[in-house]
Amino acid sequence: MNKIKSFLSTYLLVELLKGLALTGRNLFARKITVQFPEERTPLSPRFRGLHALRRYPSGEERCIACKLCEAVCPALAITIESAQRDDGTRRTTRYDIDLTKCIFCGMCEEACPVDAIVETRIFDYHGEKRGDLIYTKEMLLAVGDKNEVQIAKDKAADAKYR
Amino acid sequence: MTDALTYLQGLFGAAWPLVWSMAKIVAIVAPLMLGVAYLTYAERKIIGYMQVRIGPNRVGPKGWLQPIADALKLLMKEIVLPTSANKGLFLLAPVLAIGPALAAWAVIPFSPELVLANIDASLLYIMAITSMGVYGIVLAGWASNSKYAFLGAMRASAQIVSYEIAMGFALVGVLMAAQSLNLVDIVKGQQGGVFSWYWLPLFPLFVVYLIAGVAETNRAPFDVVEGESEIVGFHVDYAGMAFAIFFLAEYANMILVSTMTALMFLGGWNPLFDFAPFTWIPGFVWLLAKVCFILFLFLWFRATFPRYRYDQIMRLGWKVFIPVTLVWILVVGAAMQTPYGHLFH
Repeated sequence: MNKIKSFLSTYLLVELLKGLALTGRNLFARKITVQFPEERTPLSPRFRGLHALRRYPSGEERCIACKLCEAVCPALAITIESAQRDDGTRRTTRYDIDLTKCIFCGMCEEACPVDAIVETRIFDYHGEKRGDLIYTKEMLLAVGDKNEVQIAKDKAADAKYR
Repeated sequence: MTDALTYLQGLFGAAWPLVWSMAKIVAIVAPLMLGVAYLTYAERKIIGYMQVRIGPNRVGPKGWLQPIADALKLLMKEIVLPTSANKGLFLLAPVLAIGPALAAWAVIPFSPELVLANIDASLLYIMAITSMGVYGIVLAGWASNSKYAFLGAMRASAQIVSYEIAMGFALVGVLMAAQSLNLVDIVKGQQGGVFSWYWLPLFPLFVVYLIAGVAETNRAPFDVVEGESEIVGFHVDYAGMAFAIFFLAEYANMILVSTMTALMFLGGWNPLFDFAPFTWIPGFVWLLAKVCFILFLFLWFRATFPRYRYDQIMRLGWKVFIPVTLVWILVVGAAMQTPYGHLFH
Protein backbone atom coordinates (compact mmCIF):
# COMPACT_ATOMS: atom_id res chain seq x y z
CA MET A 1 0.00 0.00 0.00
CA ASN A 2 2.75 2.38 0.98
CA LYS A 3 4.61 1.46 -2.14
CA ILE A 4 1.64 2.37 -4.31
CA LYS A 5 1.24 5.60 -2.41
CA SER A 6 4.85 6.63 -2.90
CA PHE A 7 4.74 5.54 -6.54
CA LEU A 8 1.71 7.71 -7.14
CA SER A 9 3.10 10.70 -5.29
CA THR A 10 6.33 10.40 -7.27
CA TYR A 11 4.73 10.12 -10.67
CA LEU A 12 2.01 12.68 -10.00
CA LEU A 13 4.78 15.11 -8.91
CA VAL A 14 2.89 15.87 -5.70
CA GLU A 15 5.77 17.47 -3.84
CA LEU A 16 6.91 19.46 -6.84
CA LEU A 17 3.41 20.85 -7.26
CA LYS A 18 3.33 21.78 -3.59
CA GLY A 19 6.56 23.70 -4.06
CA LEU A 20 5.18 25.44 -7.12
CA ALA A 21 2.07 26.40 -5.16
CA LEU A 22 4.22 28.00 -2.49
CA THR A 23 6.22 30.15 -4.90
CA GLY A 24 3.03 30.82 -6.83
CA ARG A 25 1.44 32.27 -3.70
CA ASN A 26 4.51 34.36 -3.02
CA LEU A 27 4.28 35.84 -6.52
CA PHE A 28 1.24 37.76 -5.28
CA ALA A 29 2.48 38.40 -1.76
CA ARG A 30 3.01 41.99 -0.64
CA LYS A 31 6.55 43.10 -1.49
CA ILE A 32 8.52 44.40 1.46
CA THR A 33 11.50 45.90 -0.36
CA VAL A 34 12.49 49.35 0.92
CA GLN A 35 13.53 51.66 -1.93
CA PHE A 36 16.63 52.81 -0.08
CA PRO A 37 17.67 56.30 -1.07
CA GLU A 38 14.04 57.43 -1.31
CA GLU A 39 12.66 55.35 1.54
CA ARG A 40 14.45 54.60 4.78
CA THR A 41 13.73 52.21 7.59
CA PRO A 42 13.16 53.85 11.00
CA LEU A 43 16.29 54.22 13.18
CA SER A 44 16.57 54.13 16.96
CA PRO A 45 17.93 57.15 18.88
CA ARG A 46 20.61 54.70 20.04
CA PHE A 47 21.69 53.96 16.47
CA ARG A 48 25.47 53.75 16.21
CA GLY A 49 26.63 55.22 12.93
CA LEU A 50 29.25 57.75 11.91
CA HIS A 51 31.02 59.50 14.80
CA ALA A 52 30.79 63.19 15.60
CA LEU A 53 32.48 65.56 18.03
CA ARG A 54 30.07 67.94 19.73
CA ARG A 55 30.36 71.53 20.92
CA TYR A 56 28.70 73.41 23.75
CA PRO A 57 26.09 75.98 22.72
CA SER A 58 28.78 78.63 23.26
CA GLY A 59 30.76 77.13 20.40
CA GLU A 60 33.43 75.71 22.68
CA GLU A 61 34.37 72.12 21.86
CA ARG A 62 33.35 69.64 24.52
CA CYS A 63 36.34 67.31 24.30
CA ILE A 64 38.81 67.73 27.18
CA ALA A 65 41.37 65.23 25.88
CA CYS A 66 40.91 62.82 28.80
CA LYS A 67 41.65 59.97 26.36
CA LEU A 68 39.13 57.61 27.99
CA CYS A 69 37.68 56.82 24.58
CA GLU A 70 41.11 56.03 23.21
CA ALA A 71 41.72 53.74 26.20
CA VAL A 72 38.39 51.92 25.96
CA CYS A 73 38.36 51.50 22.19
CA PRO A 74 38.58 47.72 21.59
CA ALA A 75 39.62 48.14 17.97
CA LEU A 76 42.31 50.77 18.71
CA ALA A 77 40.67 52.99 16.14
CA ILE A 78 41.05 56.27 18.04
CA THR A 79 44.29 58.27 18.19
CA ILE A 80 44.51 61.37 20.39
CA GLU A 81 47.29 63.89 21.00
CA SER A 82 46.78 66.77 23.39
CA ALA A 83 48.38 70.02 24.46
CA GLN A 84 47.66 73.00 26.70
CA ARG A 85 45.82 75.76 24.90
CA ASP A 86 46.72 79.47 25.39
CA ASP A 87 43.86 79.92 27.90
CA GLY A 88 45.33 77.14 30.03
CA THR A 89 42.74 74.46 29.22
CA ARG A 90 43.68 71.01 28.05
CA ARG A 91 42.57 70.31 24.44
CA THR A 92 43.22 67.78 21.74
CA THR A 93 45.59 68.72 18.95
CA ARG A 94 44.74 65.55 17.11
CA TYR A 95 41.65 63.36 17.27
CA ASP A 96 41.58 60.70 14.54
CA ILE A 97 39.12 57.85 14.19
CA ASP A 98 40.03 55.20 11.70
CA LEU A 99 36.58 54.13 10.51
CA THR A 100 38.05 51.15 8.72
CA LYS A 101 39.09 49.80 12.13
CA CYS A 102 36.07 50.98 14.09
CA ILE A 103 33.56 48.25 15.00
CA PHE A 104 30.82 50.72 16.00
CA CYS A 105 30.48 49.29 19.51
CA GLY A 106 29.64 52.66 21.02
CA MET A 107 32.04 52.30 23.94
CA CYS A 108 33.78 55.61 23.21
CA GLU A 109 30.42 57.29 23.52
CA GLU A 110 29.74 55.57 26.84
CA ALA A 111 33.20 56.36 28.20
CA CYS A 112 33.02 60.07 27.41
CA PRO A 113 32.44 62.13 30.60
CA VAL A 114 31.39 65.25 28.65
CA ASP A 115 29.31 63.69 25.84
CA ALA A 116 31.85 64.97 23.32
CA ILE A 117 32.26 61.93 21.10
CA VAL A 118 28.92 60.52 19.92
CA GLU A 119 27.72 58.20 17.24
CA THR A 120 25.12 59.64 14.88
CA ARG A 121 22.40 58.10 12.73
CA ILE A 122 24.50 58.58 9.59
CA PHE A 123 25.38 55.25 8.03
CA ASP A 124 25.57 56.01 4.31
CA TYR A 125 28.96 57.66 3.95
CA HIS A 126 31.85 56.48 1.84
CA GLY A 127 35.47 57.01 0.93
CA GLU A 128 36.84 57.06 -2.59
CA LYS A 129 40.53 56.55 -1.95
CA ARG A 130 42.74 55.08 0.74
CA GLY A 131 42.66 57.19 3.88
CA ASP A 132 39.31 58.79 3.14
CA LEU A 133 37.78 56.92 6.04
CA ILE A 134 40.32 58.17 8.59
CA TYR A 135 38.28 61.00 10.10
CA THR A 136 40.26 63.85 11.64
CA LYS A 137 39.20 66.24 14.38
CA GLU A 138 38.03 68.87 11.92
CA MET A 139 35.91 66.37 10.01
CA LEU A 140 34.37 64.98 13.20
CA LEU A 141 33.60 68.49 14.49
CA ALA A 142 32.05 69.34 11.13
CA VAL A 143 29.80 66.27 11.36
CA GLY A 144 28.82 67.36 14.86
CA ASP A 145 28.07 70.95 13.81
CA LYS A 146 25.97 69.79 10.91
CA ASN A 147 23.86 67.33 12.90
CA GLU A 148 23.76 68.93 16.34
CA VAL A 149 19.97 69.26 16.38
CA GLN A 150 19.41 65.57 15.72
CA ILE A 151 22.23 64.53 18.08
CA ALA A 152 20.86 66.63 20.94
CA LYS A 153 17.38 65.17 20.39
CA ASP A 154 18.69 61.60 20.38
CA LYS A 155 20.75 62.14 23.52
CA ALA A 156 17.77 63.69 25.30
CA ALA A 157 15.56 60.76 24.29
CA ASP A 158 18.05 58.25 25.62
CA ALA A 159 19.19 60.21 28.72
CA LYS A 160 16.66 58.75 31.15
CA TYR A 161 17.93 55.22 30.51
CA ARG A 162 21.57 56.05 31.18
CA MET B 1 1.17 45.57 -50.63
CA THR B 2 1.55 43.41 -53.75
CA ASP B 3 2.27 46.53 -55.83
CA ALA B 4 5.07 47.50 -53.50
CA LEU B 5 6.45 43.94 -53.65
CA THR B 6 6.48 43.85 -57.44
CA TYR B 7 8.16 47.27 -57.49
CA LEU B 8 10.88 46.06 -55.12
CA GLN B 9 11.23 42.87 -57.15
CA GLY B 10 11.95 44.95 -60.22
CA LEU B 11 14.40 47.08 -58.27
CA PHE B 12 16.54 44.17 -57.08
CA GLY B 13 16.21 42.02 -60.20
CA ALA B 14 17.99 38.70 -59.89
CA ALA B 15 18.97 39.37 -56.29
CA TRP B 16 15.29 39.51 -55.27
CA PRO B 17 14.88 35.96 -53.84
CA LEU B 18 17.93 36.53 -51.66
CA VAL B 19 16.75 39.96 -50.49
CA TRP B 20 13.25 38.64 -49.83
CA SER B 21 14.59 35.70 -47.77
CA MET B 22 16.84 38.04 -45.83
CA ALA B 23 13.89 40.30 -45.10
CA LYS B 24 11.89 37.34 -43.81
CA ILE B 25 14.81 36.16 -41.67
CA VAL B 26 15.17 39.61 -40.15
CA ALA B 27 11.43 39.65 -39.53
CA ILE B 28 11.81 36.50 -37.44
CA VAL B 29 15.16 37.13 -35.75
CA ALA B 30 14.64 40.75 -34.73
CA PRO B 31 11.48 40.10 -32.67
CA LEU B 32 13.18 36.97 -31.32
CA MET B 33 16.14 38.98 -30.04
CA LEU B 34 13.79 41.50 -28.51
CA GLY B 35 11.92 38.60 -26.95
CA VAL B 36 15.16 37.25 -25.51
CA ALA B 37 16.01 40.66 -24.05
CA TYR B 38 12.68 41.02 -22.37
CA LEU B 39 12.63 37.39 -21.29
CA THR B 40 15.68 38.17 -19.14
CA TYR B 41 13.78 41.12 -17.70
CA ALA B 42 10.69 38.97 -17.09
CA GLU B 43 12.87 36.35 -15.47
CA ARG B 44 14.43 38.78 -13.03
CA LYS B 45 11.08 40.37 -12.25
CA ILE B 46 9.13 37.14 -11.80
CA ILE B 47 11.79 35.41 -9.73
CA GLY B 48 12.10 38.59 -7.70
CA TYR B 49 8.37 38.68 -7.06
CA MET B 50 8.38 35.03 -6.04
CA GLN B 51 11.11 35.84 -3.55
CA VAL B 52 9.05 38.76 -2.21
CA ARG B 53 11.41 41.26 -3.87
CA ILE B 54 10.54 43.61 -6.71
CA GLY B 55 13.41 42.97 -9.11
CA PRO B 56 15.13 45.55 -11.33
CA ASN B 57 13.28 48.88 -11.25
CA ARG B 58 15.93 51.58 -11.64
CA VAL B 59 16.77 51.78 -15.35
CA GLY B 60 13.88 53.51 -17.05
CA PRO B 61 10.29 53.41 -15.83
CA LYS B 62 9.74 50.22 -13.80
CA GLY B 63 13.12 49.00 -15.05
CA TRP B 64 11.92 48.58 -18.64
CA LEU B 65 15.30 49.65 -20.04
CA GLN B 66 17.26 47.17 -17.92
CA PRO B 67 17.83 44.64 -20.77
CA ILE B 68 19.08 47.48 -23.01
CA ALA B 69 21.51 48.57 -20.30
CA ASP B 70 22.69 44.97 -19.86
CA ALA B 71 23.24 44.61 -23.60
CA LEU B 72 25.21 47.88 -23.75
CA LYS B 73 27.36 46.77 -20.83
CA LEU B 74 28.16 43.45 -22.48
CA LEU B 75 28.90 45.16 -25.81
CA MET B 76 31.42 47.48 -24.24
CA LYS B 77 33.28 44.83 -22.27
CA GLU B 78 36.47 43.28 -23.52
CA ILE B 79 36.40 39.78 -24.99
CA VAL B 80 39.11 38.06 -23.00
CA LEU B 81 41.07 35.39 -24.85
CA PRO B 82 42.76 33.03 -22.39
CA THR B 83 46.43 32.52 -23.35
CA SER B 84 46.20 28.75 -23.36
CA ALA B 85 42.89 28.66 -25.21
CA ASN B 86 42.53 27.39 -28.73
CA LYS B 87 41.72 30.82 -30.18
CA GLY B 88 39.91 29.77 -33.33
CA LEU B 89 37.65 27.22 -31.67
CA PHE B 90 37.19 29.51 -28.68
CA LEU B 91 35.62 32.13 -30.90
CA LEU B 92 33.83 29.60 -33.11
CA ALA B 93 31.99 28.00 -30.17
CA PRO B 94 29.50 30.81 -29.49
CA VAL B 95 28.67 30.95 -33.19
CA LEU B 96 28.01 27.21 -33.19
CA ALA B 97 25.80 27.63 -30.15
CA ILE B 98 23.64 30.41 -31.54
CA GLY B 99 23.50 29.15 -35.14
CA PRO B 100 21.21 26.17 -34.48
CA ALA B 101 19.18 28.15 -31.93
CA LEU B 102 18.25 30.60 -34.70
CA ALA B 103 18.21 28.18 -37.63
CA ALA B 104 15.50 26.07 -36.01
CA TRP B 105 13.11 29.01 -36.30
CA ALA B 106 13.06 28.62 -40.08
CA VAL B 107 10.36 25.95 -39.93
CA ILE B 108 8.33 27.24 -36.97
CA PRO B 109 4.87 28.21 -38.17
CA PHE B 110 3.38 31.31 -36.55
CA SER B 111 0.03 30.84 -38.28
CA PRO B 112 -1.20 28.47 -41.01
CA GLU B 113 0.37 30.72 -43.68
CA LEU B 114 3.11 32.49 -41.76
CA VAL B 115 6.11 30.15 -41.93
CA LEU B 116 9.50 30.75 -43.52
CA ALA B 117 9.92 27.20 -44.85
CA ASN B 118 6.88 24.92 -44.76
CA ILE B 119 8.76 21.67 -45.27
CA ASP B 120 7.28 18.20 -44.77
CA ALA B 121 9.81 16.94 -42.25
CA SER B 122 9.95 20.09 -40.16
CA LEU B 123 9.76 18.15 -36.89
CA LEU B 124 12.74 16.07 -37.97
CA TYR B 125 14.57 19.23 -39.05
CA ILE B 126 14.08 20.75 -35.62
CA MET B 127 15.26 17.60 -33.86
CA ALA B 128 18.36 17.54 -36.04
CA ILE B 129 19.21 21.21 -35.79
CA THR B 130 18.69 21.56 -32.03
CA SER B 131 20.99 18.59 -31.46
CA MET B 132 23.73 20.59 -33.16
CA GLY B 133 23.66 23.15 -30.36
CA VAL B 134 25.62 20.84 -28.08
CA TYR B 135 28.68 21.17 -30.34
CA GLY B 136 28.98 24.82 -29.42
CA ILE B 137 28.95 23.91 -25.75
CA VAL B 138 31.45 21.05 -26.06
CA LEU B 139 33.78 23.21 -28.14
CA ALA B 140 33.51 26.09 -25.69
CA GLY B 141 34.46 23.81 -22.82
CA TRP B 142 37.29 22.22 -24.69
CA ALA B 143 38.75 25.33 -26.31
CA SER B 144 38.82 27.26 -23.03
CA ASN B 145 41.50 24.85 -21.79
CA SER B 146 40.16 25.13 -18.25
CA LYS B 147 39.10 22.22 -16.08
CA TYR B 148 35.91 23.89 -14.91
CA ALA B 149 34.80 24.77 -18.39
CA PHE B 150 35.63 21.25 -19.51
CA LEU B 151 33.68 19.73 -16.63
CA GLY B 152 30.71 21.93 -17.49
CA ALA B 153 30.91 20.92 -21.12
CA MET B 154 31.06 17.21 -20.25
CA ARG B 155 28.01 17.57 -18.06
CA ALA B 156 26.20 19.56 -20.72
CA SER B 157 26.83 17.09 -23.47
CA ALA B 158 25.87 14.07 -21.35
CA GLN B 159 22.72 15.80 -20.17
CA ILE B 160 21.63 17.09 -23.56
CA VAL B 161 22.29 13.77 -25.27
CA SER B 162 20.35 11.85 -22.59
CA TYR B 163 17.32 14.08 -22.62
CA GLU B 164 17.25 14.28 -26.38
CA ILE B 165 16.17 10.64 -26.39
CA ALA B 166 13.23 11.20 -24.06
CA MET B 167 12.32 14.30 -26.04
CA GLY B 168 12.52 12.35 -29.29
CA PHE B 169 10.22 9.66 -27.93
CA ALA B 170 7.76 12.29 -26.76
CA LEU B 171 7.73 13.63 -30.31
CA VAL B 172 7.14 10.14 -31.67
CA GLY B 173 3.87 10.18 -29.75
CA VAL B 174 2.95 13.48 -31.33
CA LEU B 175 3.65 12.33 -34.83
CA MET B 176 1.68 9.13 -34.21
CA ALA B 177 -1.27 11.25 -33.15
CA ALA B 178 -0.91 13.77 -35.95
CA GLN B 179 0.15 11.26 -38.63
CA SER B 180 2.53 13.92 -39.92
CA LEU B 181 5.99 15.38 -39.43
CA ASN B 182 4.89 18.76 -40.71
CA LEU B 183 4.38 21.27 -37.93
CA VAL B 184 1.54 23.04 -39.74
CA ASP B 185 -0.30 19.73 -40.12
CA ILE B 186 0.40 18.84 -36.50
CA VAL B 187 -1.27 22.04 -35.36
CA LYS B 188 -4.11 21.59 -37.83
CA GLY B 189 -4.68 18.15 -36.34
CA GLN B 190 -5.48 19.81 -33.03
CA GLN B 191 -8.35 21.94 -34.30
CA GLY B 192 -11.19 22.40 -31.84
CA GLY B 193 -11.12 23.50 -28.23
CA VAL B 194 -8.70 22.84 -25.44
CA PHE B 195 -9.79 19.18 -25.24
CA SER B 196 -8.75 18.35 -28.79
CA TRP B 197 -5.19 19.50 -28.23
CA TYR B 198 -2.64 16.74 -27.87
CA TRP B 199 -1.76 17.48 -24.26
CA LEU B 200 -4.76 15.46 -23.12
CA PRO B 201 -4.30 12.13 -24.92
CA LEU B 202 -0.52 12.45 -24.69
CA PHE B 203 -0.41 13.87 -21.17
CA PRO B 204 2.60 11.87 -19.92
CA LEU B 205 4.48 12.78 -23.09
CA PHE B 206 3.53 16.42 -22.63
CA VAL B 207 4.94 16.45 -19.09
CA VAL B 208 8.06 14.58 -20.16
CA TYR B 209 8.59 16.91 -23.11
CA LEU B 210 8.19 19.99 -20.92
CA ILE B 211 10.64 18.74 -18.28
CA ALA B 212 13.07 17.39 -20.86
CA GLY B 213 12.83 20.80 -22.54
CA VAL B 214 13.95 22.44 -19.31
CA ALA B 215 16.84 19.97 -19.12
CA GLU B 216 17.71 20.44 -22.81
CA THR B 217 18.08 24.18 -22.39
CA ASN B 218 20.17 23.67 -19.22
CA ARG B 219 17.76 25.66 -17.13
CA ALA B 220 17.18 25.31 -13.40
CA PRO B 221 16.66 22.80 -11.80
CA PHE B 222 18.82 21.02 -14.39
CA ASP B 223 21.49 23.73 -14.57
CA VAL B 224 24.44 21.71 -13.25
CA VAL B 225 26.11 22.78 -16.49
CA GLU B 226 26.27 26.37 -15.29
CA GLY B 227 25.89 25.78 -11.56
CA GLU B 228 26.81 29.36 -10.61
CA SER B 229 27.64 28.32 -7.07
CA GLU B 230 29.88 25.41 -8.06
CA ILE B 231 31.68 25.33 -11.38
CA VAL B 232 30.16 28.21 -13.39
CA GLY B 233 30.28 25.93 -16.39
CA PHE B 234 31.39 25.78 -19.98
CA HIS B 235 31.43 29.55 -20.40
CA VAL B 236 33.61 30.48 -17.39
CA ASP B 237 36.28 31.93 -19.63
CA TYR B 238 33.95 33.91 -21.85
CA ALA B 239 33.40 37.61 -21.33
CA GLY B 240 31.62 40.45 -23.06
CA MET B 241 29.84 39.76 -26.31
CA ALA B 242 31.17 36.20 -26.62
CA PHE B 243 29.41 35.38 -23.36
CA ALA B 244 26.36 37.34 -24.42
CA ILE B 245 26.01 35.12 -27.49
CA PHE B 246 25.86 31.99 -25.34
CA PHE B 247 23.31 33.78 -23.24
CA LEU B 248 21.26 34.67 -26.32
CA ALA B 249 21.47 31.07 -27.51
CA GLU B 250 20.23 29.74 -24.18
CA TYR B 251 17.25 32.07 -24.12
CA ALA B 252 16.50 31.61 -27.82
CA ASN B 253 16.45 27.87 -27.13
CA MET B 254 14.10 28.43 -24.23
CA ILE B 255 11.70 30.32 -26.47
CA LEU B 256 12.10 27.64 -29.14
CA VAL B 257 11.27 24.79 -26.76
CA SER B 258 8.29 26.75 -25.45
CA THR B 259 7.06 27.39 -28.97
CA MET B 260 7.47 23.73 -29.86
CA THR B 261 5.52 22.70 -26.77
CA ALA B 262 2.79 25.18 -27.66
CA LEU B 263 2.64 23.94 -31.25
CA MET B 264 2.69 20.24 -30.51
CA PHE B 265 0.77 19.89 -27.28
CA LEU B 266 -1.17 23.10 -26.73
CA GLY B 267 -2.76 23.51 -30.12
CA GLY B 268 -0.50 26.25 -31.50
CA TRP B 269 -2.63 29.07 -32.88
CA ASN B 270 -5.94 27.31 -32.16
CA PRO B 271 -8.12 29.26 -29.72
CA LEU B 272 -8.86 27.93 -26.25
CA PHE B 273 -12.49 27.18 -27.16
CA ASP B 274 -13.79 26.86 -30.68
CA PHE B 275 -16.56 29.46 -30.42
CA ALA B 276 -16.92 33.25 -30.15
CA PRO B 277 -15.57 35.33 -28.49
CA PHE B 278 -12.44 33.14 -28.39
CA THR B 279 -12.30 32.82 -32.17
CA TRP B 280 -12.21 36.61 -32.57
CA ILE B 281 -8.69 36.76 -31.17
CA PRO B 282 -6.17 36.19 -34.00
CA GLY B 283 -4.28 32.91 -33.99
CA PHE B 284 -0.92 34.55 -33.60
CA VAL B 285 -1.98 36.06 -30.29
CA TRP B 286 -3.08 32.64 -29.06
CA LEU B 287 0.29 31.16 -29.98
CA LEU B 288 2.10 34.02 -28.26
CA ALA B 289 -0.01 33.61 -25.14
CA LYS B 290 0.73 29.90 -24.97
CA VAL B 291 4.46 30.46 -25.50
CA CYS B 292 4.45 33.08 -22.74
CA PHE B 293 2.63 30.69 -20.44
CA ILE B 294 5.26 27.99 -20.93
CA LEU B 295 8.09 30.48 -20.56
CA PHE B 296 6.47 31.55 -17.30
CA LEU B 297 6.56 27.90 -16.23
CA PHE B 298 10.31 27.84 -16.97
CA LEU B 299 10.84 30.83 -14.70
CA TRP B 300 8.48 29.42 -12.10
CA PHE B 301 10.50 26.19 -12.00
CA ARG B 302 13.68 28.15 -11.59
CA ALA B 303 12.26 30.09 -8.66
CA THR B 304 10.98 26.94 -6.99
CA PHE B 305 13.26 23.94 -7.36
CA PRO B 306 16.75 23.41 -5.99
CA ARG B 307 19.34 22.14 -8.43
CA TYR B 308 19.33 18.41 -9.18
CA ARG B 309 22.38 16.40 -8.28
CA TYR B 310 24.17 15.19 -11.39
CA ASP B 311 23.48 11.48 -10.91
CA GLN B 312 19.83 12.26 -10.19
CA ILE B 313 19.56 14.01 -13.53
CA MET B 314 20.91 10.97 -15.28
CA ARG B 315 18.60 8.68 -13.30
CA LEU B 316 15.58 10.80 -14.16
CA GLY B 317 16.48 10.90 -17.82
CA TRP B 318 17.29 7.25 -18.36
CA LYS B 319 15.28 5.38 -15.75
CA VAL B 320 12.10 7.45 -15.60
CA PHE B 321 11.53 9.51 -18.72
CA ILE B 322 12.57 7.00 -21.34
CA PRO B 323 10.45 4.14 -19.85
CA VAL B 324 7.48 6.48 -19.36
CA THR B 325 7.59 7.70 -22.94
CA LEU B 326 8.07 4.17 -24.31
CA VAL B 327 5.11 2.85 -22.32
CA TRP B 328 2.90 5.69 -23.48
CA ILE B 329 3.91 5.24 -27.11
CA LEU B 330 2.82 1.61 -26.75
CA VAL B 331 -0.44 2.71 -25.14
CA VAL B 332 -1.13 5.18 -27.94
CA GLY B 333 -0.16 2.68 -30.60
CA ALA B 334 -2.37 -0.03 -29.11
CA ALA B 335 -5.27 2.33 -28.50
CA MET B 336 -5.23 3.47 -32.13
CA GLN B 337 -6.11 -0.10 -33.18
CA THR B 338 -9.20 -0.13 -30.95
CA PRO B 339 -12.57 1.54 -31.68
CA TYR B 340 -11.45 4.37 -29.35
CA GLY B 341 -8.55 5.26 -31.61
CA HIS B 342 -10.12 8.56 -32.65
CA LEU B 343 -9.51 9.88 -29.11
CA PHE B 344 -5.80 9.82 -29.87
CA HIS B 345 -5.98 11.67 -33.16
